[in-house]
Amino acid sequence: MIRVVLPVHLRTLARADRKVELQVDGPVTQRSVLDALEARYPMLRGTIRDQVTQQRRPFLRFFACEQDLSHEPPDAPLPDAVASGAEPFFIIGAIAGG
Amino acid sequence: MSEVRVLAGTRKGAFVLTSDGKREQWNVSGPHFGGWEIYHLKGSPVDPNRLYASQSSGWFGQLIQRSNDGGKTWEPVGNKFEYDGVPGAHQWYDGTPHPWEFKRVWHLEPSPADPDTVYAGVEDAALFRSTDGGQTWQELSGLRGHGSGPKWQPGAGGMCLHTILLDPGDSGRIFIAISAAGAFRTDDAGQTWRPINRGLKSEYIPDPNAEVGHCVHRIAMHRSRPGVLFMQKHWDVMRSDDAGESWREVSGDLPTDFGFPIDVHAHEPDTIYVVPIKSDSEHYPPEGKLRVYRSRTGGHEWEALTKGLPQRDCYVNVLRDAMAIDSLDPCGVYFGTTGGQVYVSADAGDRWAPIVRDLPAVLSVEVQTLP
Repeated sequence: MIRVVLPVHLRTLARADRKVELQVDGPVTQRSVLDALEARYPMLRGTIRDQVTQQRRPFLRFFACEQDLSHEPPDAPLPDAVASGAEPFFIIGAIAGG
Repeated sequence: MSEVRVLAGTRKGAFVLTSDGKREQWNVSGPHFGGWEIYHLKGSPVDPNRLYASQSSGWFGQLIQRSNDGGKTWEPVGNKFEYDGVPGAHQWYDGTPHPWEFKRVWHLEPSPADPDTVYAGVEDAALFRSTDGGQTWQELSGLRGHGSGPKWQPGAGGMCLHTILLDPGDSGRIFIAISAAGAFRTDDAGQTWRPINRGLKSEYIPDPNAEVGHCVHRIAMHRSRPGVLFMQKHWDVMRSDDAGESWREVSGDLPTDFGFPIDVHAHEPDTIYVVPIKSDSEHYPPEGKLRVYRSRTGGHEWEALTKGLPQRDCYVNVLRDAMAIDSLDPCGVYFGTTGGQVYVSADAGDRWAPIVRDLPAVLSVEVQTLP
């Protein structure tokens, strides 16, 4: 199972725990993880990626295994430790504004 | 006994304020969607427990929330606002072309006939409609595509479609307003549109007959007389007696004719309210005195309403969607401030009292009169 850590406002919106466990079939990539996340929590559609362009929202970042993966291509494989469930995939809001 | 339900959208959530018809004792519920900007929320005229809310944030984008129980519980509905066809470009602040980009929903206007039909005015300016309770949204692209779009440009707050007036007697007629493009009207339910800005004068536009480019802040009508429109423009309070075909200034003896909201008394179609603001670069009341001005003559002659409002050291603003009027008799007038106060007058403006004093900055105020 893939583990995803959501920022607090998205947890509230999705009525989900801090860590969400997802089954991802096929290659484990940013796109496949976010597709699985949005399939399970449809209310998150548009909050992480733009609904139309599918671009990551500018004030969000993706981290895993102490690496910033935000600028990796969406179809690039995520680290093995994420794919195996050993490490979570973090979705983090920028520390900005009030 | 009748009740009123006030829906306040703020920078950090939505609040629902309820009272009986006396409008003296209030219950406050909220924040709903704490931490999110709630630009607007509004109830369906035909099903008052059906509410729609625009929820947005700089981090997570736009959501639309729907309630079927008067705001006790909410469910997220559709938030995909996709421009029809190739979006094209409008003017940027420096006059260069800038592609249309969706940013947020400023205003939600439920249909007077169907609780599942609701209109959304968005930034960058466009009008969307849902006929399935907010699950899906379709652009009424005749507005953006009518020809003058490349000349539209953003006001300081963004290029927003902030006002939607549905003609209660003619389901095909809709008025909208955009900062800074102006006012537009459709007579065929949104297929075709035309600008209705004749008579507006804006110092920053060299062409005195400019079809678009005017910074309209708000338009209001009385439902018994939908051909008569009142407008608070960037500067100037205006009136049209021919459904926007022509406008004339009715600022009269106001201390300043800059401001944002304008609204009409529930039972007197020629009684209107504005909140004068010092200037376009000083968004606070003149002399530090928060005064609502009322005209009982459809403009020109105004009286200051001050009882119960701060008359010294007050430097808040009242935004364009932050005034509302209930339909009791005497009607209640409500407005919210950027300082977090929501004021009510239960006697059509003669005396005022705060319902709440310390909310986040208030972006919008609506009121429902319930049986």
